[in-house]
Amino acid sequence: MAEHDMQETLPEPGRLSKHLADFFASPAAAIGFVTLLVICCLALLAPWISPQNPYDLMQLDIMDGRLPPGSESMTGLVYHLGTDSQGRDILSGILYGLRTSLLVGVLSAFAAAIIGTTAGLFAAYMGRRTETVIMRLVDLQLSFPTILMALMMLAILGKGVLNVVIALIIAEWATYARTVRATALVEREKEYIEAARMLRLPGWRILFRHLLPNCLAPVIVIATMQVARAIGLEATLSFLGLGASVTEPSLGMLISTGYQYLLTGLYWISFFPGIALLVTIVAINLVGDRLRDVLNPRNAS
Amino acid sequence: MVTSIIRRLIQAVFVVVAMTVIVFIGVNVIGNPVDILINPDANQAERARVIAHYGLDQPLWRQYLLFLQGLLHGDFGNSFVYGRPAMGLILERLPATLELAISALAIALVFGLPLGLYAGLYPNRVSSKLIMSGSILGFSLPTFWVGLMLIMVFSVELGWLPTNGRGPTLELFGVRWSFLTGEGLRHLLLPAFNLALFKTSLILRLTRAGVQEVLPQDYVKFARAKGLRERRVIAVHVLKNLMIPVVTIIGLEFGSLIAFSVVTESIFAWPGMGKLIIDSINLLDRPVIVAYLMMMVLLFVVLNFIIDVCYTILDPRVRLDSKA
Repeated sequence: MAEHDMQETLPEPGRLSKHLADFFASPAAAIGFVTLLVICCLALLAPWISPQNPYDLMQLDIMDGRLPPGSESMTGLVYHLGTDSQGRDILSGILYGLRTSLLVGVLSAFAAAIIGTTAGLFAAYMGRRTETVIMRLVDLQLSFPTILMALMMLAILGKGVLNVVIALIIAEWATYARTVRATALVEREKEYIEAARMLRLPGWRILFRHLLPNCLAPVIVIATMQVARAIGLEATLSFLGLGASVTEPSLGMLISTGYQYLLTGLYWISFFPGIALLVTIVAINLVGDRLRDVLNPRNAS
Repeated sequence: MVTSIIRRLIQAVFVVVAMTVIVFIGVNVIGNPVDILINPDANQAERARVIAHYGLDQPLWRQYLLFLQGLLHGDFGNSFVYGRPAMGLILERLPATLELAISALAIALVFGLPLGLYAGLYPNRVSSKLIMSGSILGFSLPTFWVGLMLIMVFSVELGWLPTNGRGPTLELFGVRWSFLTGEGLRHLLLPAFNLALFKTSLILRLTRAGVQEVLPQDYVKFARAKGLRERRVIAVHVLKNLMIPVVTIIGLEFGSLIAFSVVTESIFAWPGMGKLIIDSINLLDRPVIVAYLMMMVLLFVVLNFIIDVCYTILDPRVRLDSKA
């Protein structure tokens, strides 16, 4: 009850700045956030800052294939991180690959969040039959690991980046639905919902304008973590040859093409894209970890 | 207790039936098997013959019944690639996957439990903080990339361990196992460690969280107040109460280890089910895909059922709930 009163009486703008201050109180989270910001900028600006367009086959010279880091091409272009078997500059490949990875991660986490949150809200608000049906579906989904659901979807839909996004959405929505329902069940009993019902506001309005904003904190935390998971899973699926195409490689695909050369000692084709992937995922996880601590209502009081 | 077990059993059967419908609709309706099965150069008569042969001209519900009928007999048709029954192919590779998953689970428990216990008991020590940061890394590192790096370091650079295959195997109970020969064990080490990495972090964090939840409880305080030795308090009062979440995780994660072994098996060319399914998806070998998916569904439903039953036995509160 005390918690509840606290939340009600806290002034809105003060809460946001307090959260921000809380968030940056952790050095790890601050580093993670800045790293993530840099990565996003690099990905956004890739067409302008990368030395080469790795998707444009005209710019690739097969004669420059498998050059070690620091080599120079005939045209004077320096391959800081080496080249892959097609003569593709690894640095450019990473910058462009980050675009795919981030896009897939954000897109799938966002779509899954919308579907899952809506389902969870409906389940909690409607109760009875609707709730049973939705939650059974959630249980069914959660009893299988993500990678199995993703493999199942890819076996059905076929290979490709778009299908990976669809597979990730289908594999992840249930997590949101379960959490949102649990939160919404608690919120539903509070006075402000009762007041909104007394005012005879339409159901959708209570659902989306009153219930939803108060269930968003856990959704934000899960969504952040899911972006990292989705990026990792996309890379994994691309590595297995089920995602991105060879001509437009994502990070996973770059690592995959480097795999066969790894055994002969050409480490850089797999190594550097892997580092990029790792840094991205760790940065997102650090931010998510801190968000969970900051947004947790138990820590607010 | 019997009622609750029967109820869970009915739910389990329902899940299996639901998944057969999903897989059937997915593979037969969304993906068009005709395109996969028939050579694009085939003439009209040839097409009709193949369609009739696979029963694809039948109405959908009858196709589904045929599918179910095959399922009950473990008959998923012949693999397009190997020309042998799909189920046989999968069962042949099951031991390799099981061996890998069990080894990985063992590694995860051997490292995860003690480290988690330590980090939970002494949360303020620097070593505990190091362990916890390490576990974040274990969560974040993409499994397939770690696998590649393991190969790079231990096989290519140092030349200590082999990179692919199971090595020589020895027969036990009519099945061939790698861990019974020294060379096989060397082949097993890298893939098992690779697969275990993520689960070690998971078990570690879970154990730590569990310890921190149990320590402030009254019965732990009481045990200490009684003057029991610290070792006994931890071994009996703390560990015993940790077992419920840990048992659940072991059960659930064992299934997920088998599912995730697709990645590790592909990297280390481990001849298990996971490598087979990836190859089959790439080659559009439909019978093998369906057989694998149904097999995994069955595996998970059985695992979940076993966990539920264990719950009922381990935790009296669950039993009371079902009576109410």
